[in-house]
Amino acid sequence: MSNATVEQNGLGELSVDDQKAISEMHGIDQYLTFVLDDEEYGVDILSVQEIRGWERATKIPNSPKYVKGVINLRGTIVPIVDLRQKFNLVEVEYTPVTVVIVLKLYFEAGERTVGIVVDAVSDVYSIKEEDIKGSPDISRNKNSQFIKGLATVNEKMVIVLELARLLDDEDFANVAVAP
Amino acid sequence: MSIDLSQFHQVFFEESFEGLDIMENGLLVLTPNSYNSEEINTIFRAAHSIKGGAGTFGFQLVSDFTHVVETLLDQYRSETRTVSQVGIDLLLESVDVLRSLLDELQAGREPDLTQSVALKQSFETFLASTEPTANAPAINSEPEVSTASEDNSEITEKEIANNSESVSESDKGFWRISFIPSVDIVQTGNEPYRLLRELSELGQTTTVVFTDHIPDFPVLDPEHLYLYWQIDLHGDVQKEQIDEIFEWVVDDSTIEVQWISSSDSAVSEISSEQNVAELTANKELPSEPPVASIQANPTKIEMAENRAPSEITTEQAKVARPGPAATENQSIRVGIDKIDSLINMVGELVITQSMLGQIGNDFSIDKLQRLQEGLIQLEQNTREMQETVMRIRMVPISFTFSRFPRLVRDIAKKLDKQIRLELIGENTELDKTVMEKIGDPLVHMVRNSMDHGIETPEQRIKAGKKAEGCLTLNAYHQGGYIVIEIVDDGKGIDPQVIRRKAIQKGLILESDEYSDQHLQELIFHPGLSTAETVSDLSGRGVGMDVVRRNIQELKGTVELDSKVGFGSTFRIKLPLTLSILDGQLVKLGEETFVLPLTSIIESIEVSPEQLSTVAGETDVIVLRDEYVPVIRLYEVFNIEPRNRNIFEGLVVVVESGSYKIGLHVDDLLAQQQVVIKSLDTNYRRVEGVSGATILGDGTVALILDIAGLLSIVGEQTLKSTSLTKAAS
Amino acid sequence: MSKILAADDSASMRQMVTFTLKGAGFDVVEAVDGVDALQKAKAESFDLVLSDVNMPNMNGIELVKNIRALPNYKFTPILMLTTESGTDRKMAGKEAGATGWIVKPFNPEQLLNTIKRVLD
Repeated sequence: MSNATVEQNGLGELSVDDQKAISEMHGIDQYLTFVLDDEEYGVDILSVQEIRGWERATKIPNSPKYVKGVINLRGTIVPIVDLRQKFNLVEVEYTPVTVVIVLKLYFEAGERTVGIVVDAVSDVYSIKEEDIKGSPDISRNKNSQFIKGLATVNEKMVIVLELARLLDDEDFANVAVAP
Repeated sequence: MSIDLSQFHQVFFEESFEGLDIMENGLLVLTPNSYNSEEINTIFRAAHSIKGGAGTFGFQLVSDFTHVVETLLDQYRSETRTVSQVGIDLLLESVDVLRSLLDELQAGREPDLTQSVALKQSFETFLASTEPTANAPAINSEPEVSTASEDNSEITEKEIANNSESVSESDKGFWRISFIPSVDIVQTGNEPYRLLRELSELGQTTTVVFTDHIPDFPVLDPEHLYLYWQIDLHGDVQKEQIDEIFEWVVDDSTIEVQWISSSDSAVSEISSEQNVAELTANKELPSEPPVASIQANPTKIEMAENRAPSEITTEQAKVARPGPAATENQSIRVGIDKIDSLINMVGELVITQSMLGQIGNDFSIDKLQRLQEGLIQLEQNTREMQETVMRIRMVPISFTFSRFPRLVRDIAKKLDKQIRLELIGENTELDKTVMEKIGDPLVHMVRNSMDHGIETPEQRIKAGKKAEGCLTLNAYHQGGYIVIEIVDDGKGIDPQVIRRKAIQKGLILESDEYSDQHLQELIFHPGLSTAETVSDLSGRGVGMDVVRRNIQELKGTVELDSKVGFGSTFRIKLPLTLSILDGQLVKLGEETFVLPLTSIIESIEVSPEQLSTVAGETDVIVLRDEYVPVIRLYEVFNIEPRNRNIFEGLVVVVESGSYKIGLHVDDLLAQQQVVIKSLDTNYRRVEGVSGATILGDGTVALILDIAGLLSIVGEQTLKSTSLTKAAS
Repeated sequence: MSKILAADDSASMRQMVTFTLKGAGFDVVEAVDGVDALQKAKAESFDLVLSDVNMPNMNGIELVKNIRALPNYKFTPILMLTTESGTDRKMAGKEAGATGWIVKPFNPEQLLNTIKRVLD
């Protein structure tokens, strides 16, 4: 292990579970990064349950646009959220390499399993807490509530997401259906 | 090694609550001035068990309180006091107090003692004031455990004065014990050898055995013991320790314990005949040392310091109690037969699976038939297992019904009405969770019937009825549901009274015309109450709308059938299981939805003559003599359908409660049993959708909630279509 | 391995007694009332019988009498679990043939100590 402030671990070398084990062992946070509209985003790897390809989801009537529907995940009903639409980015067609990252999120009410649709999965990086920095651009960004901060990995900028706020309770509260 | 008693607490609480129910039911049956031995004994045993368990598991509070209850019941049991109304009422009150004490303790909270202290006082006053009949034993008003060890009985009077001095000094003397057991001592399971051994553990013993009582062989009974002993015991020993050892045999034996001081030159010889002559029948032990004092170890027992065992365990209990405790029962009792059935079925399933596995391993087309047979077998196994497993969660509704005799009695008293309660179908089974949640709504409806339905005796007589009103709770199975009816023979619900009230509250207009049925069902509307004076019993009409909502949350429905002057029937229908549904799959555009099969009345293709419009905006179809509003599901759900034209596609007429609506869909697909999966575990509740299921192809289909769809359609639409054709 | 028959109509008591005795290396069979206990006493051979006094269907005193009448239980230790502070119940137990008693409430240690007095 090098002494650099950030390290890169190839996703191909270690499984997600191994990454988690390493993360817990060393106390460094490991992040799974993915691409969305040519930007790199990172989520805490400890909340990543699995990575799947896109499959057709059953639509839920009168739900927000970015909630694509629900899928069957080994017997549990899991909602799928399109992050592009959630972040108000340009919508795209889903391709065979469109990926769904299944996350386990923790709210005050409990925990939920949710899938997010992203363009592609990138890699797993170790990022130290202190290296995640805020920036003036972020607070201006209307999506800033979801962003923990920015980190630089291999000269690339990674937008580190705050998962707990990513899908806040408002989406998942009881909203009456307009007749 | 100390055992953590808190692991038994849950069972103790459960059985105590059951015991309280038993007590209550028994007390309701008792009549003053009569002696119903069986009932009284049953009630006594229940109280006795609660007291015993409470003491054992460290709930001193409960044990102390229950003591007075037990005392009174014991007096009834032994007929030293006659059963009186006052006594019964006190006992019923004690059941309530105990329930709340145990509730608090179970939840891990410190209970509020004001009620129990006051009631205990009332008991003590009652027990002391009235003269009991016949020879009553002295009232033991102290719980046993709180007494520290009292002065122990003296087994024999032949004690030398020196005894009170420092008898612990071994060099000053020793104990001489003469032990003459009765001949059949071993037939009580007591072994003199053991007693001698215990004595030898207290100190140094010299034992002499006497054999002169042994008769000649021909008359010798091998089951009798003819030996007797004299034991000299040296050591730092208290007399109480010796007494303790002989505690159990003291009545069957002649025992003499003397202190022989070394200064005594003449050590008295004890002759057996002398002993037998001198020591007449032993006195009864006036009191028993607490069990805490029974020890085998020979160290000096300091009785005064010996804390009562329950004190110790109470402290342990306080420390050991964890944070959140279950307020609802988290366990279920299952008959072993159901479990055995299940085990058998799993066995069969394993066989079927292995058979299919074999076929699959080396499959060729000529094995096709066997494969099909195997799959049929699998389907059967699965269905049987499913039925059995669901039955495990079923409990008889008697648990819920059981609270009503008491409730009805108390409320009737408060209202000054005479009301008889009949319970039918107590053995009807339903899902445990449903049963727990239907209790409160039922209570509310019973209160409602008693308060607003059944009239006072004077009113009833004037109306030509018997003074005593009748309230019936009837439970039975129908299809995949359990039906619970609450029937009263009271004055019924007057539609005109409701109409006036509703107009007053602005719910309907003077000009609106509604059927009587619809008007009566307005009682389920929030903010409506038909009582002239709002009694604090049922509160305002808020109750009934909450009741209906609670029932709907259980995926059930409630209907009303009422006739002015004759009475009302509330009919609650609840599904037998919350996890499986008989479903009708329907297609709407690209999506497949599931409708509960039991809610479907019929499916029709609509022809132009059947379609009509009401109030200028709502489409209705004319079905026999009813107007049934039609919902275009694709509009409600914002889905692109195949048919926008109502004359193409199908309308499925469904009902919820007493309302019917027609759902416009594209196609009817198969009927199948579906497993209900929760949508709000990971997402949220969606109005009009009661859950989701996974179809055979692995995709998710949403299950429609008819009641929810009704509320989407809106009150207005339903009201305006509730007129029957005859009325229009 | 000494075998003990424990009769009490309270499930929590039975659980506590069984747990305590099993932990000390005894074999334990539970009975819910006198009838159940008598049946089990006939079916198997026990080294010790523990019985509550107040039980439905057949109380402890009756049970003791009936067990004593069985041929192989003439000398078996039988202990009553009694909450009665008065002596008459204890005497009734003894008259029926019981060996001795344990006063409720008792804690597990007391139970074990008493049992060790009658079982080796």
